[in-house]
Amino acid sequence: MAAAAAQQKIRWGELEEDDGGDLDFLLPPSVVVGPDENGIKKVIVYKFDDDGNKVRVTTTTRVRKLARARLSRSAIERRQWPKFGDALKEDAGSRLTMVSTEEILLERPRAPGSKAEEPAASGDPLAMASKGGAVLMVCRTCGKKGDHWTSKCPYKDLAPPTETFTDRPPTSDGPPAPGGPVKGAYVPPTMRGGADRTGDSMRRRNDENSVRVTNLSEDTREPDLLELFRSFGPVSRVYVAVDQKTGLSRGFGFVNFVHREDAEKAISKLNGYGYDNLILRVEWATPRPN
Amino acid sequence: MRPILMKGHERPLTFLRCNRDGDLLFSCAKDHTPTVWYADNGDRLGTYRGHNGAVWTCDVSRDSARLITGSADQTAKLWEVSTGKELFSFRFDAPARSVEFAIGDALAVVTTDNFMDHVPTVQVKHIAEDIDDQTEESALVITGIKGRINRAVWGPLNRTIITAGEDATIRIWDSETGQLLRESDKESGHQKTISSLSKSLDWSHFITGSLDKSAKLWDTRTLTLIKTYVTERPVNAVDISPTHDTVVLGGGQDAMNVTMTDRRAGKFEAKFYHKILQEEIGGVKGHFGPINALAFNPDGRSFSSGGEDGYVRLHHFDSDYFSIKM
Repeated sequence: MAAAAAQQKIRWGELEEDDGGDLDFLLPPSVVVGPDENGIKKVIVYKFDDDGNKVRVTTTTRVRKLARARLSRSAIERRQWPKFGDALKEDAGSRLTMVSTEEILLERPRAPGSKAEEPAASGDPLAMASKGGAVLMVCRTCGKKGDHWTSKCPYKDLAPPTETFTDRPPTSDGPPAPGGPVKGAYVPPTMRGGADRTGDSMRRRNDENSVRVTNLSEDTREPDLLELFRSFGPVSRVYVAVDQKTGLSRGFGFVNFVHREDAEKAISKLNGYGYDNLILRVEWATPRPN
Repeated sequence: MRPILMKGHERPLTFLRCNRDGDLLFSCAKDHTPTVWYADNGDRLGTYRGHNGAVWTCDVSRDSARLITGSADQTAKLWEVSTGKELFSFRFDAPARSVEFAIGDALAVVTTDNFMDHVPTVQVKHIAEDIDDQTEESALVITGIKGRINRAVWGPLNRTIITAGEDATIRIWDSETGQLLRESDKESGHQKTISSLSKSLDWSHFITGSLDKSAKLWDTRTLTLIKTYVTERPVNAVDISPTHDTVVLGGGQDAMNVTMTDRRAGKFEAKFYHKILQEEIGGVKGHFGPINALAFNPDGRSFSSGGEDGYVRLHHFDSDYFSIKM
């Protein structure tokens, strides 16, 4: 019993300075867990830190089996060669060689007429939308576009290319050449290989002449925008985002021009324009076309 | 597959080469320092310091003992692969653009550019087994090609030398006399600069890539055009799979498209084509800039690509690559 008590209680008188090493018997033994079926291995080590506190250090590593290399004898010898040149100075943190975090696939070619651009192998449309610099909001309706949200989503037909359009006829055109106007992540359906010039696409083409206006004042509404922008050319649609609860403008809106050149003029003239005591910001609604 | 990214070079890659056993990968770049990596996991083994200019090309001997590199500093250097020690330096009057060991590693062919007043040349050098016997003299010098020679390789049994370059013509020369034996047909051949050339495993056929957005497969002995692979981008690098009927093309971007291309990262791809059917199998994206170098591993199970972005990407194929049915 006395021996047990002695184990529990450290007799401080018997301790010397800098004697941390001898206290190791107080620490629980280190534990190695794994590797499990995902290859995760956990090593839990207990030690004392500088202040004499008991510290648990958990190291989690993933053990991965790399592609098996069938090495010849000379290759195995070469494996033992010491490093030379600039590799001499290499330390563990040099990170010259990294396994890609993205899964890259051998992408099979697409049939002609299908979508030209597609999201990166691991990127998702939301990441792309937020990378476009737009505000990080997710529209409930289309779930993708990052700079608007309402139940009546005006841009559900401008959804990113992962959604398919039912009325796009197959064509015999080859895949669009990279020389055509490439609009970043999103290629409007009329610009793709299977361009459909029916009336439905007329509306969509208007949506490509869409101009986003931000930093609007609270009481700005559609008629105000229409009046401001119509001087540049015929406007097919205006929209101002309004908070349902307060009835105030959310500070931004969209203007769709019929003609692209008018949209360009509007952008160059009105960007920075003072309107109702605020400086407007006027730009293309989709990623810049060049 | 998860490619292994190796960022050992500060400047664009120019050339990649695997050794015969497939366990080492040599990379050359414009940053003066060729590097050797282990080809299975991409660990860097070492670098070869000594060049003063962009290194355009390299080749490794069959026993992986010697490395020869050609550089814009107007030298070609012989190195000891295991230690990085520079063994010998061949001096030229112009940048050395292409080097290759012959079968047996006793000869090497080096090309020099048309620099200032000098005409481009193809030179054959003896490689001595004992480095103390190494001399600079050329066994053979071929002149008479107008444009820059981008690649010069040995033909079967070292009997011929095959050159390709800016004048879009492939020429076969006798390696002993320097006489021109064959020229590729102008009509069916490439229309623009041939940027790259790579032989099949048995050297019976080779593929050339050109800035005219195509790659062509030729017979080594007769210089007959066998196949053509069409792509949308100028081709900077080509290679033939040693085990499967696949060729890979890597390319760049037309100057006129640069402003219109979206700057989304990682869009430059290496395109795989079925060697015989000439159809595209697929593409592997990931590079942030045009691809300048491609190399299949001799076991056919992996390949590496080097880009303008300075990265070498080493890919081990997934099982679905081997089961692709066309």
